[in-house]
Amino acid sequence: MEIERKVKYEAELDKNFLREIIELSHCEEIERCIQCGTCSSSCPMAVYMDYPPRKIMAMVKEGFKDEALRSFTIWLCSSCYTCTVRCPAQIKITDVMYALKRKAIEDGVYPARFSIPVLDKEMTKIIQSTGRNWEIGVVVKLYLKTNPFGLLKMAPIGLKLIKTGRMSFKKESIKNKKQLRKLLNLMKEETNA
Amino acid sequence: MHEYTYYPGCSIKGTAKHYDESLISTFNALGIKMKELEDWNCCGATAYFSVDDKMAIAISGRNIALAQKQGKDIVAPCAGCYLTLRKSLEFLNDNPDKVENLIRELAIIGGEFPFNIKVRHPLEVLINDYGLDKIKEKIKKNLGDLRIACYYGCQVVRPFTDFDDPDYPTSLDKLMELTGATPVDYSPKTRCCGGSLTGTLEEVGLRLNYILLREAKKKNADVIVTLCPLCQFNLEIYQDKIVKKYGEDIRVPIFYFTQILGLALDIPIKELGFSRSVIPLNEFFARV
Repeated sequence: MEIERKVKYEAELDKNFLREIIELSHCEEIERCIQCGTCSSSCPMAVYMDYPPRKIMAMVKEGFKDEALRSFTIWLCSSCYTCTVRCPAQIKITDVMYALKRKAIEDGVYPARFSIPVLDKEMTKIIQSTGRNWEIGVVVKLYLKTNPFGLLKMAPIGLKLIKTGRMSFKKESIKNKKQLRKLLNLMKEETNA
Repeated sequence: MHEYTYYPGCSIKGTAKHYDESLISTFNALGIKMKELEDWNCCGATAYFSVDDKMAIAISGRNIALAQKQGKDIVAPCAGCYLTLRKSLEFLNDNPDKVENLIRELAIIGGEFPFNIKVRHPLEVLINDYGLDKIKEKIKKNLGDLRIACYYGCQVVRPFTDFDDPDYPTSLDKLMELTGATPVDYSPKTRCCGGSLTGTLEEVGLRLNYILLREAKKKNADVIVTLCPLCQFNLEIYQDKIVKKYGEDIRVPIFYFTQILGLALDIPIKELGFSRSVIPLNEFFARV
């Protein structure tokens, strides 16, 4: 029986990964991480993560690209910025997590029906088309794509919101959609260039 | 004269209508003027930065440029909008070389660049521009022995820390004290409510909110007061599920700080959106 290999050889690491993430996150300071663990001990999500934030920082520094991009951790980051304000090396850890999320989406290495990236993508789609988010529309789409039966369980909450006039059935839209689209296209061209 | 450009944000048009109602009537009573940003679009919140940061900057840039044209600082009551707009404004002003084409377009919309308006949160406006002393003079009703847990959440106090302390802020406590109420020592006041995780990973989201509600109960708080539509929604809407899951009665009304301030300014209850609470308020109104 073959023994599972736990060691990663240097040749398997992606030497460009650190540079790539520094550029995507606009955060040069990643290199200064001293592995103190302040981020992990500050993070309210750390207990639910597969790798705590400190390990993710080490993975980025050393080129463990696959492990970092496929981690559950990056999607659990809820952008509370506690780690960012406490990091003694001034690493904008929240922005690094955002960069990893974007890279994971770009490389297509996240579970397709996993609810968090699905919500993010659905929300950007509706904003691109109308300029506004539409709470109920996004929530319904999210459930249909990830967990259709979950919608039924949401019914009591929906009823409460309807009763108190807090459910907006109207899909709002901005007037100058042309202007918004022009700005978005401009950025799309830049990314593709 | 205090005049601002109001950026309501998408939640305020839906689940957070009572934030809008109470903010507007409170600011009116204090003589603070706000004009809604003409044709504003969604800020994109955390979602857009997770998918495409350049586009995220572009859509916030449109709002900022439109506000520049109106010429007054932006007031954004939602913590997510406040942070997203402020972060984008900082990026645009500090890195024009990284997004040259975008800046050119935005300068046409806004009439000038760099942008010289600021992004503000209504709490910060009340504390820094209007002043606690002046608010104190306007207080008409004493809320008596009401005990309040002041919950700041994340994005109003982080990562921008120039307004209050990022771990243990006190500005909201000081404001609530003016009403005669007692702010309790609420240690998780800046601990995350999970944001959209209640919708995406309910197990995790419920646990985070349970921790916040449990601590408020432990401190004998009568209400929790919030600054952000998502925090308010999470803490209030999932209470039934949390009671069922953890078998503890952690039920407590969750308000916006503007609702409590409005009460103390003696604004009629129907103008402060109290009827939108899904938690029964009989006990609360018996006390104030």
